[in-house]
Amino acid sequence: MGPVLAGVLQLLALTAALALVYVPLGTYMARVYTSDRHLRVEKWIYKGIGADPDTRMRWPAYLRAVLGFSLAGVLFLYLLQRLQGVLPGSLGFSSIEPAQAFNTAVSFVTNTNWQSYAGEQAMGPLVQTGGLAVQNFVSAAVGIAVAMALVRGLARTRTGDLGNFWADLVRGTVRVLLPLAFVAALVLVACGVLQNFAGIHEVGQFLGAPQQWNGGAVASQEAIKELGTNGGGYFNANSAHPFENPTPFSNLFEIFLILVIPFALTRTFGVMVGSVRQGWAILATMAAIWVGFVALMMWTEFAHHEGALRIAGASLEGKELRFGVGASSIFAVSTTLTSTGAVDSFHSSYTGFGGGITLLSMMLGEIAPGGTGSGLYGMLILAVIAVFIAGLMVGRTPEYLGKKIGAREIKLAALYILVTPALVLVFTALSMALPTPPHSMLNPGEHGFSEVLYAFTSAANNNGSAFAGLDANTDWYNTTTALAMLLGRFLPMVFVLALAGSLAGQQPVPVTAGTLRTDKPLFAGLLLGAILIIVGLTYFPALALGPLAEGLAS
Amino acid sequence: MNNAVSLTARLLGAGLRALLVLTLVTGVAYPLLVTGIAQTAFRSKADGSQITADGRVVGSSLIGQSYLLPLEKGQRTPDADLRWFQGRPANGLGANTVNTRYRLLVSGATNLAADNPVLIRQVEAARAAVVRDNSVPGHPDQVPADAVTSSGSGLDPDISPAYARLQVDRVAARNGLPAARVARLVERHTEGRTLGFMGEPRVNVLELNIALRALTASH
Repeated sequence: MGPVLAGVLQLLALTAALALVYVPLGTYMARVYTSDRHLRVEKWIYKGIGADPDTRMRWPAYLRAVLGFSLAGVLFLYLLQRLQGVLPGSLGFSSIEPAQAFNTAVSFVTNTNWQSYAGEQAMGPLVQTGGLAVQNFVSAAVGIAVAMALVRGLARTRTGDLGNFWADLVRGTVRVLLPLAFVAALVLVACGVLQNFAGIHEVGQFLGAPQQWNGGAVASQEAIKELGTNGGGYFNANSAHPFENPTPFSNLFEIFLILVIPFALTRTFGVMVGSVRQGWAILATMAAIWVGFVALMMWTEFAHHEGALRIAGASLEGKELRFGVGASSIFAVSTTLTSTGAVDSFHSSYTGFGGGITLLSMMLGEIAPGGTGSGLYGMLILAVIAVFIAGLMVGRTPEYLGKKIGAREIKLAALYILVTPALVLVFTALSMALPTPPHSMLNPGEHGFSEVLYAFTSAANNNGSAFAGLDANTDWYNTTTALAMLLGRFLPMVFVLALAGSLAGQQPVPVTAGTLRTDKPLFAGLLLGAILIIVGLTYFPALALGPLAEGLAS
Repeated sequence: MNNAVSLTARLLGAGLRALLVLTLVTGVAYPLLVTGIAQTAFRSKADGSQITADGRVVGSSLIGQSYLLPLEKGQRTPDADLRWFQGRPANGLGANTVNTRYRLLVSGATNLAADNPVLIRQVEAARAAVVRDNSVPGHPDQVPADAVTSSGSGLDPDISPAYARLQVDRVAARNGLPAARVARLVERHTEGRTLGFMGEPRVNVLELNIALRALTASH
């Protein structure tokens, strides 16, 4: 069997596994977020928080709780890193400098996990396990919570009630993420991922002096890193490191973990709005983009027609042999089409077009299937835009799921769409225009520009992967990428929750013969077209300067 | 104004309390429970899949090592010890720049673009070295890609079966072994795709070299 066929079979196996759990997991999550019972452990947690999980929240209250919780997360994580040098359980590692500590705190709270540090030499077990991994859980739970608020806005009528943030946060953590992460962590340990508290210790080598290893709770963090579409590696090499991703099976399993919740949430959405077919239409659009991009990536990576890769004979620079070109391509597309940013191979050394595909995947807004929760709400915003475009074409007031898409709704959706491109393009332009930021580039020419464009695309879309040649540990990049991450995470959430509030307050419009059916293939096609046109028009000039120029030059 | 301040303080307080409670659950109870089970059920894997040979630990089956000669006077980079099978290049491996009292292994890739002249030089140099080192007695005409490219982690434990086969004659000659014996050793240490389709066929270099040492000793 050739590597191309093996790559395709791995894609098919992954698709089959995702299909198998789609209905049970999606339906289970719908039950979790609609149930009015509280588990005993949840009651204890609510008591600890001092919050009543049955209080109904209107959108401003929901938003305030999201922001308050996230702000607390940033402060806590910042302090934890600043104090690492004097806290126990840190292997004697020094405290993190202010700009980098701020960047990292924001990065993990916003579900981005952009890393300007190398984990094994900078972060001790206390920060990794007690700080970073905790945000891996709760930032994912916040994303799902906001998505559930939007779905409730679509499903409910004549009410301001979007649910209760504390209940959504705790349930997402306790009933969805924890049990799945627990099982996943044990599977990963069984494959060979580290899980110990051995600290730094020496291990003999075949020849020469012993190696120094840094042990840690890697598997427990790896599981939630993928499952919560976080992506922050315990080690510098992330999921390319054999201690994070030891075998071809663990590699496919990690891709599965990245995709499973975002895809299944379309089912949750369908169940909650009372029509699973609506969920199918959203799923079909997501899946079409994912499969299409994986196919494109495999094509360009197997063709390997550039410079050093042609001389080498295969696109294996920055890739681990046990995964090969095929599985690395699947990982690269899956991690950038979600808000994960974990990598099992280094995107900077991909072909020019391959690197361009990872960039474009993020530029789509990470909606196919996107981050945990953020993928679903991002795609629903685009669905609103798509029905609006369709409404313009036939001259009818657009509606989605029985809700009128009026001036207020479309303004909020448009604002949502504008946030990330504005952040990406403005910060990239500033970095190119100022005298010192370009010094951080590793590679010359178009690829150097792509490194900067990639950094801000990744930060503003809360992805976290990088063209990692860029030296991002400077005050400029630590500060600007932190701002891009913060604004790219929370401004869209403001618009999503405001939209949810205005949809929930509406009286439903009766379905007539003139209503655009949003549960049909026609609509999935329309949605796909709207996404590609919006993103294409926004980013084409920037892509042309970077990866397109690089890919066409060879 | 006062109202806004007190509201913010209240929200921040609730946020902090929620964070601390959830930290106990996800940052303390969860990792401890996983570690407890992992250390009971998969002890050796949870500790890094260490391999013992001749009564001492010689590394991990998951972590690639370098097989180099000791540095000679005036040398900046050590030469490869050609008695042993060589792994993939690791040009992106980082150095310990923070907390420098440790000599930690810092994983990393080169992150060089395909059209970067530096990478082109690296690949060409690696290719020339493979051809030079293995030119006894049969000239290798096809150098596999994994022999000339750095991996993502810099710690790739594996090489392709093609690269292992290419080294057989050299390794056999340097160790005074019949080439057929070494070729059989490579064959035995070649692992196919998992379930026939996952990943790529590969040879674990450390395990192969341990077996080679045993073979040489018994020969």
